[in-house]
Amino acid sequence: MKKFSRFLSVILAAAMIVSMVGCGSTEEKGSADTFRLGGIGPVTGGAAIYGQAVKNATQLAVDEINAAGGVNGYKLELNFQDDEHDPEKALNAYNVIKDWGAKILLGCVTSTPSIAVSEKTKEDNMLQLTPSGTAADCTKYDNAFRVCFSDPNQGKESAKYIGENGLATKVAVIYDSSDVYSSGIFEAFAKEAENYSFEIVSAEAFTAESKTDFSVQLQKAKDAAADMVFLPIYYQESSLILTQAANMGYAPKWFSCDGMDGILGGVENFDTSLAEGVMLLSPFASNSTDELTQKFVANYKEKFGDIPNQFAADAYDGVYAIKAAIEKTGVTPDMSTSDICNKLKVALTEISIDGVTAKGLTWDANGEPSKAPMVLMIENGEYTIL
Amino acid sequence: MKKLLNDKTFKNNMITYGSIIIAYAVIQLLMALGLVSSLFQGLLVPLCVYAILAVSLNLVVGILGELSLGHAGFMCVGAFSGAFFSKCLAATSMPTALRFTIAILIGAAVAGLFGFLIGIPVLRLKGDYLAIVTLAFGEIIKNIINCLYIGFDESGFHFSMENTLALNLSDTGTVVIKGAQGITGTPTDSNFTVGVILLMLTLFIVLNLINSRDGRAIMAIRDNTIAAESIGINITKYKLMAFTISAALAGVAGVLYGHNLSSLTATPKNFGYNMSIMILVFVVLGGIGHIRGSIIAAIILTLLPEMLRGLQDYRMLIYAVVLIVMMLFNWAPACIAWREKLAAKYKLKFPTKKSAVKEAE
Repeated sequence: MKKFSRFLSVILAAAMIVSMVGCGSTEEKGSADTFRLGGIGPVTGGAAIYGQAVKNATQLAVDEINAAGGVNGYKLELNFQDDEHDPEKALNAYNVIKDWGAKILLGCVTSTPSIAVSEKTKEDNMLQLTPSGTAADCTKYDNAFRVCFSDPNQGKESAKYIGENGLATKVAVIYDSSDVYSSGIFEAFAKEAENYSFEIVSAEAFTAESKTDFSVQLQKAKDAAADMVFLPIYYQESSLILTQAANMGYAPKWFSCDGMDGILGGVENFDTSLAEGVMLLSPFASNSTDELTQKFVANYKEKFGDIPNQFAADAYDGVYAIKAAIEKTGVTPDMSTSDICNKLKVALTEISIDGVTAKGLTWDANGEPSKAPMVLMIENGEYTIL
Repeated sequence: MKKLLNDKTFKNNMITYGSIIIAYAVIQLLMALGLVSSLFQGLLVPLCVYAILAVSLNLVVGILGELSLGHAGFMCVGAFSGAFFSKCLAATSMPTALRFTIAILIGAAVAGLFGFLIGIPVLRLKGDYLAIVTLAFGEIIKNIINCLYIGFDESGFHFSMENTLALNLSDTGTVVIKGAQGITGTPTDSNFTVGVILLMLTLFIVLNLINSRDGRAIMAIRDNTIAAESIGINITKYKLMAFTISAALAGVAGVLYGHNLSSLTATPKNFGYNMSIMILVFVVLGGIGHIRGSIIAAIILTLLPEMLRGLQDYRMLIYAVVLIVMMLFNWAPACIAWREKLAAKYKLKFPTKKSAVKEAE
């Protein structure tokens, strides 16, 4: 028995050494005629729907570009790795795509992993374009850019929109204090709200562990006579809040951010008529009449069977932004990661692309996109642009 | 010296230390030759973290014989206190080595203190009850940290449980712990060498404790509390001792973890009960009470999901299946019998000196 286990441990040790050396030497570092693009996002676990959307949309954009002849004649190749929405796993995923030979990173999908990975991309000087990493710190280095709005930006714009249009006088906020996205928006919202005439009468938090019953938060909002409830949260929780508010006969105006995108059709057994009149700040409306958006939605639906959300739209634009930047600088796949990054990070601030999330999308040197926030309202089961 | 060499525990311990040193040397050599993939290099620190966690939990589960499900909570406390210290002093000119050493000591001390405080009421419980309370402790810690806001400016530290605005910081102030957003911008001081040194220290502490007078007292409590009490062993003292040391070592692992990533948040994924269960799985798979086994199990189970990346969407599914198969292979009675039969056959074919002598007798 003991001999056997010793024998087994020797074999295991040998196998491990072989596997780790194997990874180091046998993988080719990318051929000269394809750009290797790495993607990182949660494909399994609680945040998987976002990662899947980004993965699908990225693949769609890459396939389209390749079918249309590639970038400057070079093909794109995508390797999308799972990070389980965990910064530690994200670093592993990053190392995997680096070993594979990726020279440009489109990721991560969620904020915390994105911040952790940006530390490494900074070290390696690899261009990092996160489609949906909204936290302010995601783009703190000059090699990191994002496609989405940042959290502070969304909070600020929401407060501005409510204040300038005089939508409400008393606002209640329900937010997820255990979520970076939600608490980030709330803080910026509360700060900006001081500049306007409306008043935040209640700010009630919930956490990831207690996100099924919102009657306490709603009762507080009702008691404070709030005529608008601001929901900087994702649509799953929002659907519960809308249902519970309807049950208790509370009908304020609802205002939300891009996390609300998906409330129509994204939640099973949810009566979408309850979402009538909900306003949301979003860069993307899947039923927009814009030709590019229609094409994107149709292709996505054909390939993956559902309607793309704003995560998918951001990722789709991200790939096209990289394409435009490569075309502008004329970098080639045989250049080093660092050289490509140095050229692309300048080019990204100079290009302007027409994407599905914005027309004339540009970036500043801080990595922030400039796009006008769009306020949508749900009317007759459709998003309409206000 | 000869007496030492014939001592079975001494030999066993030396094998443990030796294999880690050899593994370290081999990896350093391969790294110098540029043969190690970035993935593996990135995994080296987490491997040390999980090995330390597994060894420290084994002290409670295997040696003290109590089921603790809150180990990730102690890791969390250590990680945040260590990272808090480093983040506060990151801008000063303090040398990295000194700062990191102090951070480790702080992490260990704070986690140890929590272990001690939690241990006083909790260790009056036994079995399932203890498991439930420690599980609750882990969750409470995670939730408290998620609503904790601490910042500092020239007038000192500010503290709030609401949001950053409630901190009332001056314009030059910095927010260190930002609730759910945790600590970002911790200096990434961890590296493989430090990890291995800490793992060796952990082993040294745990193995020496086990083989000491105190360790034998702890094991006596595990085997029969009433008998141990009847010969005058102070049950509370020894239980607390094992629990506190285990918590402090988990805190050290936490500091190492916190300084490996630049962003530290307390999510259900990294400090929730899933992590506590994961550490327990390392201990159970490696063999309860077997220190070397826990290290091997921690290494295999950390590497496995990464090695399975080639399977794409089926990765986590296959990982679960492999885990079940490994558990069965290692611990199912039928499997043990089958392995023994195989080993006997192997012995017959290649008789070693010892078994040949035995047969001659």
